[in-house]
Order: sequence, then structure tokens, then C-alpha cells
Amino acid sequence: MSPTTAARYVGQSVKRLEDPRLVTGHGRYVDDVVLAGMLHVAFARSDLARGTITHLDTSAAAALDGVRAVFVASDLNPQVDSLRASMFPPHAPAPPPNLLADKDVRFVGDPYVMVVAESRYIAEDAIELLDVEFEPLEPVVDYETAADASALVHPELETNLPNQMQVPNPEQTEAFAGAAQVITETWYQHRQTNVPMETRGIVASWQPHAGVMEVWASTQSPHELQLMGARTLGIGEHKMVVHFGDVGGAFGQKVFLGREDRAVLVAAKLLGRPLKWIEDRRENLLAANHARIEQMTVSIAVDEDGKFLAANLDQLQDDGAYPLGGPAGLGAMSTTLFPGPYRMGPVSWQARTVHTNTCGRGAYRGPWQMESVAREQMIDRVASEIGIDPLELRRRNVLKPEDLPYQTSTGLSFETTISPDQTLDQAAEIIGYEDFRVEQAKARERGRYLGLGIALYIEPTSMGMGPLGTESAMLRVEVDGHINLFMGTGSHGQSLETTMAQLVADELGVCPEDVSLHQGHGSGYGFGTGGSRSAVIAGGAARAAASGMREKVIAIAAHLLEASAGDLEVTDGVISVKGTPSAQVTMAQVAATAYQNSDALPEGMEAGLEFTARFKTPPVTHSNACHICTCEVDPGTGKVTLLRYVVSEDCGNMINPMVVHGQVAGGVAQGIGGALYEHAVYDENGNPLASTFLDYLVPTAAEVPEIEHGNVVVPSDTPGGHKGTGEGGAIGAPPAVFNAVADALAPFGVYPNRQPLDPNAVLSLIASGAK
Amino acid sequence: MAEAVAISVKVNGRLQQGLVEPRLTLADFLREKALCTGVHLGCEHGVCGTCTILLDGQAVRSCLMFAVQANQAEVTTVEGLALNEDTLHPVQQAFSDCHGLQCGFCTPGFVISVAAFLEANPDPTDEEIRHGISGNLCRCTGYQGIVAATRQAAATMGGKSR
Ligand code: FES
Ligand code: FES
Repeated sequence: MSPTTAARYVGQSVKRLEDPRLVTGHGRYVDDVVLAGMLHVAFARSDLARGTITHLDTSAAAALDGVRAVFVASDLNPQVDSLRASMFPPHAPAPPPNLLADKDVRFVGDPYVMVVAESRYIAEDAIELLDVEFEPLEPVVDYETAADASALVHPELETNLPNQMQVPNPEQTEAFAGAAQVITETWYQHRQTNVPMETRGIVASWQPHAGVMEVWASTQSPHELQLMGARTLGIGEHKMVVHFGDVGGAFGQKVFLGREDRAVLVAAKLLGRPLKWIEDRRENLLAANHARIEQMTVSIAVDEDGKFLAANLDQLQDDGAYPLGGPAGLGAMSTTLFPGPYRMGPVSWQARTVHTNTCGRGAYRGPWQMESVAREQMIDRVASEIGIDPLELRRRNVLKPEDLPYQTSTGLSFETTISPDQTLDQAAEIIGYEDFRVEQAKARERGRYLGLGIALYIEPTSMGMGPLGTESAMLRVEVDGHINLFMGTGSHGQSLETTMAQLVADELGVCPEDVSLHQGHGSGYGFGTGGSRSAVIAGGAARAAASGMREKVIAIAAHLLEASAGDLEVTDGVISVKGTPSAQVTMAQVAATAYQNSDALPEGMEAGLEFTARFKTPPVTHSNACHICTCEVDPGTGKVTLLRYVVSEDCGNMINPMVVHGQVAGGVAQGIGGALYEHAVYDENGNPLASTFLDYLVPTAAEVPEIEHGNVVVPSDTPGGHKGTGEGGAIGAPPAVFNAVADALAPFGVYPNRQPLDPNAVLSLIASGAK
Repeated sequence: MAEAVAISVKVNGRLQQGLVEPRLTLADFLREKALCTGVHLGCEHGVCGTCTILLDGQAVRSCLMFAVQANQAEVTTVEGLALNEDTLHPVQQAFSDCHGLQCGFCTPGFVISVAAFLEANPDPTDEEIRHGISGNLCRCTGYQGIVAATRQAAATMGGKSR
């Protein structure tokens, strides 16, 4: 067998290959794509949450100089039969496949007319010229009462409650009956949104007669786009060419094709001219997707020692009008994942999803993370009810090595390679738990309110069901010895050009700089980048392709050097005989032989250096982490200042620690934003009140503290021992921050149960309490 | 429609002339006419800072200005900072060294803002850095690498001028 070389790049904080172009402004994002004859798209959007279109005359808009087309629902909608993406069950109840609102509008931001013009300026001018009248209808805004509302968001579905699951567990009822105490609380998460700094966007160019649709898009799933786009247009995937360039963030928002994206595809084909649509920020905040918007009522039974005996969960989630990508209905996932890193005992649960006349729900970094939010906040509540320190309560219930492997009553199986107890201890040690409690007590005597919050969780990463199960890597050593790697991923900040090159470099014995990653057109099917899946699944594919390639390179080199394969080593693209470095050939010589002098290859060997591998991942690979942060609350202003923030993470072997820490920090900042500042709020009539960055408050460098990292490394059983980690920061941060603020407010005798804990919320909590 | 206006702007040392509509934003002028696509648009309402450029040496938000207002001015975009293909500006180098970017969409605005900030505050404390860059939004990094990069750039640039 071929020899292996020691890891030189994997595990190192290798500087990113992406950076030189990006720091100099030479990235290629979708809005940078300019095609000859390209026209620009703008959408007219509803200002009403619910209403009937009683009159629509587009003639003045169409007559404006520079306007090329004005499309209404009847022009575009008949072209599509489903908006559903691969991931969702084909028969789940879904909203009607309306690209444009037809006859009635169903949320503020619902697109009802598409204008195509020579410039975006003109397209927007034309929207002003639309002659349109609406008859307002009573909207369904409050998701808590939506199921019983007489108005229907989608009359086609005949209900506002399309999704409801109930899994009672008699053992839970029994445990509750015998428990020392059962504690109940309802936890609320509010409406937030992903806010990638680059909004959504697409450029579509139809080639008549060739029958080819060529697309440039801001996407995290180029193959999903290829597949969904082809289905939308009724063409074969071989005629759908998706170019993948730089993508300015997504966090779940760019997995699926939106209604607008599909409308652009259909219109580009109808017009036979390249079209560009770049979402503006207002559209992004109002109509791309919203997230979180849910509540979970949790009851936990405990014995005298604080041991968890059983739990009962009731989850309700708001899908809005048109969930992005299909019927989201992730409530069941939150309840299933609820036991997390603890021996929770038997769990009964119910999960319901409703439609409202608001922006559709979509995936946002850890889309099911209500499980950690509700559980970790609940554990602090239990701790305070029964008078046990929250760290101690977690220690008494956390899964320990001797419990593993572990099966939860909700059907999750945890591997022996998780380490929640270790991350809990490590984070507590880094923050200096005992010392902080002393400092906190002293501060309270001086009238200062400090708090500490813990969140411990297990992150299901690299899930392997259905379309998520595999990724492919096509690796080609070119004639000059450099390497092109084609993968189905969609890196949008995750640094895959670097990390995949690191994996290939070590496996093949070359430098990362010698490897170029190509995503999108030309690569093999993959679900793309999301779900914390790239390190394990894409990494598995890259590794497998490189290792297959290595076998062949070594075989050719052995033949050329008249040496035995076992005696060869590969370093920096040079294959040499161990101990006799003068006997060597370069990767370029091997490649030139493979392609251009194939008669010199070993007898019977296939010419060329091309190898494709498809990695099939295990059903799930769990990582785990513990967040502990401290804060000070100013009771005069309600302002929360985060003092320290510690994350202890076990994501197995890290390919690039710098990248891992970057992912963690980014997620934490989003979680901080969610817990304290960001709120995509609606008034009672369904009018969105946060349509600019002046109202939707994304945290700045002044709000996010320094993040201190600890790492526990228990390798997973997947190749390389990696585990996913991309979503974790946004899972752990909201409950950690929430718990810290709640702890700081404890002297006032108040118990917050909803976010965001902005100054107003904090002040009214303090006012409601008796000090 | 309003009459087009002839303007002439020096962009990264090169004269860019053109007939523009009075309502054309400076950002769109730079992206579409001067082909400086490193000028990014994250909000078009003056909050996110991704469109930041130097106008006669001052950091400004090009989405909030009209191109006609930049007539006769000198503009530097992120493309104009690197000394040559092989040598990055110390701020750009520091962003790469310190993992100050992930998706890179906010980066041009940050690089320009940080360069201007360090020009005015060559030796900032961490708190001054955090405050100084709080006019720019990044959704990917949690600002850790950006703060570190600003620190590093301050050290390299200060070292040079001292
Ligand atoms: S695009 Fe100019 S500040 Fe956001
Ligand atoms: S690096 Fe993506 S927004 Fe800053």
C-alpha cells in the first residue's frame, strides 16, 4: 500500500487562499456579473399584510421609456408546479406555488408585479406608475392564535395549522406523578432574520435554440439551484449551467431558490434576454425569510437531588406565509433534540406549525436551536426553583463517558465520541466560575448587577439523510502537476477553498497553493454548504479523492523510478525514494507521463490523472460545546454589557483552528444579536416595523466582546476525526446570554422568559419586580 | 428625466469621465462606470459601511452621495490601496493574517474604514478600535479578526512612520 505522509497542513491555521482577491476588492459576487444586453428586475411588493387585488393596470408602467416587460402572476405562475426543494417530503401540505401574488396578497413584501427594464432605476420608476388597488382583509398576525383564526392565510390549505405532531410517552406521565417537583415555563423566541451582508441575487441568461439556462447566483447550494431551476423551467439538468462565484454570507438563507429567483428564471426564458435581480436591503429584511419565531412550553420533573426524571414539551412555531424552501415545520426537530447533553428521562412532546400573514420562515444557522434555548434557560430556572447552583445542576445530569453511547427517549443516538462533561468543565475553568460568584456577590453589595449564563449543547452536524447524505470530489492533476478539485459545495465564508486544499495537500503530498477548488458547474451533485456538514462530508470526499489519486501517482512514479511503491514518499509535489532523495520525479513529470506519454505508463494502467470519489456520511456526527458568559446590567438604563465570553468546543480534529474559531465567533455574535438587539417586529396589523438597519439592529464591534476559545478534542469516527461546527455559535449564544441577564436580574425577583432583552425589556422587568 | 451631467472624478489615480444622471449614486458610478466592483452595497441607506471609500482622503459612504457631488474629487476604493499585485496594503495584509474576513463582502468597506481610522488614530487602544470600527457591519466574523487586524495594522503602520 502507498505510504502516508505526516499531516503538514491539516490542523494548522493555514492562511486563506480566498483572501488576496477578497481584501483587494477582486471577489466576484453576483452583482459584479455584467452580461451584454442584460436587463434589470425590480418587484412591486404588497404594503398590506392581507388583501385582495381589486384593480391592477400595468400599462403606464409598461409604457415608460426603458421598460422592457411587466409581468403579473398569470404570466409567470403557470410555468411552475411546485416550489418545494428536494429536502422536503413531496406530499407535505405546502403553500400554493405562486411566484407572484395572484388576486390577493398574503404578507407585507409579497411580490405581485415584476418589472424588467434597462436599469434598476427605471424598473423602480415603473413600479411607481402601477395603477393598483387593494381591498384590505383582516390579517392573521399573532401565531399564538393563528390556528383558531377564522381568516385563512392560504385558503388552498383550508387551515392555518398545516403541521402537527404529537408523541406522548406514558413513562413520562408516570415519572411526573412520582416526582418531588415539576417545574413549568413557556419560553419565547422572537422573530429574527439571517442578514447576510450580501443580499440575495441572481443573473439568468437563456440561450434560445441551445435551450440552455446559464445562471450566476448568490447561493450556498449550487446543485440544489441547478435541480430546482431545471424543474422550474421544465428543462434537463444538463441544460442548466450554474456558475458559482463569491457569496457574501447566507446562514441558511441561500440554500433554496426563492420565489423571486424562480420568477427571474422564468422571465429570462420568456424574454430571451439576460436578467439581473439584486435584492435590496429593505426587501431582504421584509421578504427574504424570517426565523426563530417560536415558543416551547417545557415541564421538567426533578427528584430531591435535582436529577432530571422526565420532560413534557409543547412547541409552536410560526412559518409565516411562504416559508423559504418548502414547509419548514422544524418544531418536531427541536422537541426531538431537546434532551441534549443530559440524562433527561422519558420525554413526551407535541409540535405544531402555523401560517401567518408575515414573512415566511427559513433556515437560520441552527434552525432547530429552540431545543437549546428552551432547555438551557429551563435548567437555570429549575436550578433557582430548587436552590441548586446551575453549574452543579448541569454536572449532576450531564452525560458522562460511562453513559455513552447513549440513546435518548426521543430516538437520538449519541456516539462515544461526544464530551459534554469535559466542555462544561473546561468552560467553567476558563471563566473562573467560583471566583466570579465571589465577585458577583461583592458587586451586588455595592449595587452592581453582574450575571453569568451557561449553555451546554450537542450539535447534530453533517446529517446524512436523503439528499444530505453524500458529497463528491472530482480531482484532476493537470498536465503541469497542479490540481483542480471540483466539488458540490457552496462555500460562502466557510473557507473551503483553503480547508479542502489542506486536506488534499496532506493526502497527496503537495502544497495547498497547488490546489484550486471549483464549485458549481462541472462538479458532481452535492447538497452544498450548510448544516455544519462541510468538514465531515465534503472533507471526506476530498480526502477520498486525494487518496485514490495518490495510489495512482505513486504507482506511476514507482514505475518511472524503477522503485517499489512502498519505498516512496511525496513531499511538496516531489515523489522520491526514501533515504535516496536524488531518485525522484515531480508531480508534473508523473502527470505529463499520464496524459502525454501514456505508453510509458505501467502495463494496463489507464491514462490520465483523474479521480472521483463520493463520500457517504454516517446518519449524524455530533459535536458539542459549552458557552459561558458574564454580563453587567445597568438597572438605570437597562443596558446589558457583556463582560467575558468563553466557548469550549469539541469539534473533533480541526482542519484549520483559525477557521473553526472564526465560525464559532461569527455564530456567537449572531446569537448575541438575537438575544439582545435584533427584532424583526410587526405591529398588530402585520406591518413590519424593522425595514432598515436603523430598526433591525445588527451588533457592531462595540457590542461583541472578545471571545475566548477552549478546545476539547475527541476525534469522531469519520475519516480525519472531524465534526461539524458551523452553526454551534448561534445555538449556544442566545441561551448563554439570556441566562446571564436573568442571573443579573435575580436580585429583583424577576424571571424573564422572552427575548430580546433590550433596554426596554430589562427596564420593564426590573419595574415589575420587587427588590 | 433630468439632464445628464458631465463629471470627471479621479478614481484610484485614473481620470474617470462620464455623463451621468443627477440621481446616480456615487457607489453605482464607481461600480458601473469606473468598474470598481470592490465597492459593495450592503444596505444603500448609510448604515452598514460596505460602500465606504476615500473621497479626498476622507472615509465616506458612497451609497449616500450622488456621483455629481464627487465631480473633480479624488476617490480611492479598496482596489486602489494595494501597492502592487504582490504587496498588499498593511491593512489588507492584516485582515488576511488575522482572519478578519470570511465571506469578504464587508471587507472592502472595513479595509477603507480601518485605513482612515488609523490615519487619524495611529496608536489606538482596543476600546478605541471597537468604537472606531463600529460604523461598519460584519455578519460573519463576530469582529474578532477585524479588531486583531486593526491592532496588527496599527503596529505595522506605526512602525513604518516612526
Ligand atoms: S451600502 Fe452604503 S452604508 Fe450600507
Ligand atoms: S466577512 Fe462576511 S460580512 Fe464580514
